[in-house]
Amino acid sequence: MKSLLLEIFYILAGLVSIIAAVYALKDDKHPHRKETALFWFLFGAIFIVGKYIPAPIVGAMLLLMGVLTAMKRVTFGSLANATDDMRQKSANRLKNKIFVPALTIGVIAFFVAQVFKSLGGLVGLGFGAVAATLIALVMTKEKPKQFGYDGSRLLLQVGSASILPQLLAALGSLFAAAGVGEVISSGIAGVLTEGNILGGVIAYCVGMAVFTMIMGNAFAAFAVITAGIGMPFVYAMGANPAIAGALALTAGYCGTLMTPMAANFNVVPAALLETKNKYRVIIAQVPIALALLATHIVLMYVWAF
Amino acid sequence: MIKLIGVLIIVIGFIMKFDTIAVVLVAGVITGLVGGLGFVEILTIIGEAFIKTRYMSLFLLTLPVIGILERSGLRERAADLIRSMKSVTTGKVLTTYHIIRELAAAFSLRLGGHVQFIRPLVNPMAYGAAEKNFDEVDEETEDIIKGYAAGSENLGNFFGQNVFVAAGGVLLIVGTLGELGVEVTPLAVSKASIPIAIIALVYSAIQNYMLDRKIAKKLTQKKSGKPAAEVK
Repeated sequence: MKSLLLEIFYILAGLVSIIAAVYALKDDKHPHRKETALFWFLFGAIFIVGKYIPAPIVGAMLLLMGVLTAMKRVTFGSLANATDDMRQKSANRLKNKIFVPALTIGVIAFFVAQVFKSLGGLVGLGFGAVAATLIALVMTKEKPKQFGYDGSRLLLQVGSASILPQLLAALGSLFAAAGVGEVISSGIAGVLTEGNILGGVIAYCVGMAVFTMIMGNAFAAFAVITAGIGMPFVYAMGANPAIAGALALTAGYCGTLMTPMAANFNVVPAALLETKNKYRVIIAQVPIALALLATHIVLMYVWAF
Repeated sequence: MIKLIGVLIIVIGFIMKFDTIAVVLVAGVITGLVGGLGFVEILTIIGEAFIKTRYMSLFLLTLPVIGILERSGLRERAADLIRSMKSVTTGKVLTTYHIIRELAAAFSLRLGGHVQFIRPLVNPMAYGAAEKNFDEVDEETEDIIKGYAAGSENLGNFFGQNVFVAAGGVLLIVGTLGELGVEVTPLAVSKASIPIAIIALVYSAIQNYMLDRKIAKKLTQKKSGKPAAEVK
């Protein structure tokens, strides 16, 4: 039941991507409309029929998508939002009712995960999204076609970065297959004595923060550090995986707060706000990031074991 | 040690600001090659992992409705709500924004952003509060307020998002641990993310309160107008 429902939702998600490809292709003012459309078409196709294609071909499709983004051919184009004036008018008309469909997604996702445990949060997300769409359809009185347009607008705006979590997971698999985790853990093993849980927790949390500071991306760090440090020194010692995993990732975010490598969060906003000191955002965040990192270590040690 | 070349490629790629997707793919392929895998084997691993982790991109399903709500003024309504708040002190403005941002993230709402909220709304309100309460706000204080304003967006965003059961981070945790043979459900991870979300908010409120005190100590309070009693 669960896998059937999920498969249906994957097909719907693939359709969202393919519709975006169609809108990109129809966008006359788009400088790279064919390449952009190809990117989203491939992504959608992987969702809909990827299961039935041999894996190496899916891998090759992803490399092709990588070539398209490397050449900067996957871009936004010119799908317009409603004008400021129209949006403000609509906001005044709908008032706080406008939050209802948006909150529906999270509430239903949680409800399904909590009550129908066998279905899980992902099926819940699917139901939540469908329910929210129906509520919005009635509430805003927009035509169904408009939903396709605005979904495409959003997807093209977020752009190729939306496939990044999946690619990083694939990178994690490759690192694991190539034995990267062993290299890191054998390096750490020289410092830590076996069975030293506190040492393992510190190495995991600080490793996440430091590695995130170097790479500028906690998601990428998570795959590497979890395989190299988390597995042998924390999970293998009997840590609750949900708690240790959740805390490890946010420990990485403490690193994100302190590094100029996370340019989108720290350097670009400083430029946007025209600060005199270009590290002003990082300076503001360092004390709280360090306090939070220490808290992560304590919490993981006390709560996960 | 040579196996760490993938990590090096990512670091260099990010520093040089090459396209992120391409950097990740190149790092993966080269790590596979130095790790002794064949090219087809590498493609197989990438393809299999990508298919297996499709659930990470189920957020695509929410885009049509979020897009329509944006068209219908979702951001504008949120901005109206923040604006209607009785503006008091710089720190209180920032803490309030942190609360709203964190709640929105926990519900997977794309409300927030440095471009959409911090520059046009939160920073002017935080600065405005200081201007209202004190004679003259010097340039350095103005700069510090900007830093805190941008920080409130990051903190609310980072530590709130994993409370949502299908957040990208939650699914990455589930997926990565699954690859390594540890089973865990998204719901368990999202529940485990609640305490640190609350703690981050408390720390941020304390830091914002200290900012208020710092500003009050540095600047002279306005004698006329609003009582400075708000600023202890």
